Amino acid sequence: MPANFAFPTEAEYIRFLPETILILMGTLIMVLEGFAGDGHRKGTHKVALFGLFLAMAAACYAGSNPGPAFSDFLLVDGFGTFFRMLVLTVGILAVLCSPSYLSRERADSGEYYALILYSLVGQCILATANELIMVFIGLEISSIATYVLAGYLRDDKRNNESAIKYFLLGSFATAFLLYGVAWIYGLTGSTNLAVIRQYLQTSATADPALVGLAAGLMFVGFAFKVSAAPFQAWTPDVYQGAPAPVTAFMSAGPKAAAFAVFIRVYITAFDGIAETWLPVVWVSALATMVIGNFAALTQTNIKRVLAYSSIAHAGYVLVAVAAHSQIGTAAAMFYLASYVFMNIGAFALISHLSRQGERYVQVNDLAGLSQRQPVTAALFAIFLLSLIGVPLTGGFFGKFYIFKAALDSQLYWLTVLGLLNSAVAAYYYLRIIVVMYFHEPGHATESLEEPAAGIRVASLVAALAVVVLGVAPSLLLNVASRSSAIGR
Amino acid sequence: MPTTPLEVYFPVLVQALLGVGLALGLVGASSLLGKKLKNKIKDSPYECGMAPQGSAEERFSVKFYLVAMLFILFDIEAVFLYPWVVVYKDLGMIAFVEMAIFVILILSGFFYIWKKGVLDWSQISRIQRK
Repeated sequence: MPANFAFPTEAEYIRFLPETILILMGTLIMVLEGFAGDGHRKGTHKVALFGLFLAMAAACYAGSNPGPAFSDFLLVDGFGTFFRMLVLTVGILAVLCSPSYLSRERADSGEYYALILYSLVGQCILATANELIMVFIGLEISSIATYVLAGYLRDDKRNNESAIKYFLLGSFATAFLLYGVAWIYGLTGSTNLAVIRQYLQTSATADPALVGLAAGLMFVGFAFKVSAAPFQAWTPDVYQGAPAPVTAFMSAGPKAAAFAVFIRVYITAFDGIAETWLPVVWVSALATMVIGNFAALTQTNIKRVLAYSSIAHAGYVLVAVAAHSQIGTAAAMFYLASYVFMNIGAFALISHLSRQGERYVQVNDLAGLSQRQPVTAALFAIFLLSLIGVPLTGGFFGKFYIFKAALDSQLYWLTVLGLLNSAVAAYYYLRIIVVMYFHEPGHATESLEEPAAGIRVASLVAALAVVVLGVAPSLLLNVASRSSAIGR
Repeated sequence: MPTTPLEVYFPVLVQALLGVGLALGLVGASSLLGKKLKNKIKDSPYECGMAPQGSAEERFSVKFYLVAMLFILFDIEAVFLYPWVVVYKDLGMIAFVEMAIFVILILSGFFYIWKKGVLDWSQISRIQRK
């Protein structure tokens, strides 16, 4: 036993409490599922919800006493707590809109909720990881559970396609990340972000070209997870094929967590070599926005429209990363928070509108929705308007802060091109609103039932959050600004 | 202390030579000393396994995967138990508690697959369960 070995203190266990709760509740659900045998057990989602609220409370409690845990493997700070709360909120909203969908597809089983909790364990680790091996472990825990969720309806061809594509490309991208981690360890002798940062700032022995190459390899892995160009090709197919509540979950939670760790690694560890990776992020941000927005223009499937829109939104967040400032980090945090609500709200409504077997997922299937279900149409319109970035919605202030941060960092071209992109994006979101409000109702909307309680609650909460962020953005922006000081 | 690259990597070289030598020795010895039986089955790559040739799209039972996953479950447990045993005396009670938590987590996975009927391989008992 090494002389300086010490067991973790109580405070360190408390800093890991949210993950512990999620693991225990997920395992509890699996054991309950075992008792139920082959029969389907209703109500496991309540256990999952209880676990998620408990984990949120624990994340708050852990955040009240910030500091490192487990030999600096984790760092619970404002930034990490912010993203922990964000991904746990995503989990709650996703669990709320799942039961009605799953019972409709006759796949109501506890494993689904256990997998969501396990995936969130990975995302919470990602939010607080302070060490490259933890980054890798968190990414894998989060991804593997999501791969399974994407193919959850195992008799459905589209689910299978989605899962296998996501799995093959995802593991390939993770291999790149791991290779980059190995390079960094070889070059700097450490996997701790702060140590790497110090080494790169003070020592002249590490060849900047090699460090840049390693940072580039890791960029491949992160860019895949946040679906940034040129590694975005999987997104539309996977989002389209997966069950709608799962798409809601994986377009929000894993993405926010991947952005959190991406920002933390590049701002903390690779700050000293910023001039090598900033141009890459610049180009990737622009390409992601352009590809996402222009490809969305021609889509007729609503899940694919939102998948391309989710690519485009990753581009906006990358603009904030390219700004490379504390304001930029705060803007990215605010943007991700508002993006999460509008995206998960939209997909929650899609899981209601698509009906059994997801038959009605074309844009035209929404024709005349405003006459049949005015509330559903209005909520959907709120999410779409926020995705455009119309004032009084969270999306507006998200974009506003991002482009302000970009201007502060003299990224004039990126700002202009990003704003032009937002104008293009307005077309395909508005098209959906036009179909909902000004087209005659078709047979698709005629047979539509009232949304289930869970979906109603999830979409109302999301819409409320979107509006609150649009009316009083300072509530969240102040928190984001306070927590955005990382790596200093 | 070894200093030159040759000295540092000498044990690796020895191990590589041992590995190659052992493989060659065993194959050579069996071809020199063993009986020579020649027929179609003896010449196949996996003498007692599945037919090595056939359509790549053939479906085979999902139980193979389940057994592989079960193996990993207990394999990992054993991998973690070995170093734990070595330092157990130095670490004391807290190590016992931590390992107990780990084993309980593994066991709840085992309980789950058991109850799901993964260990139930005969058709009849599966039908009886339903």
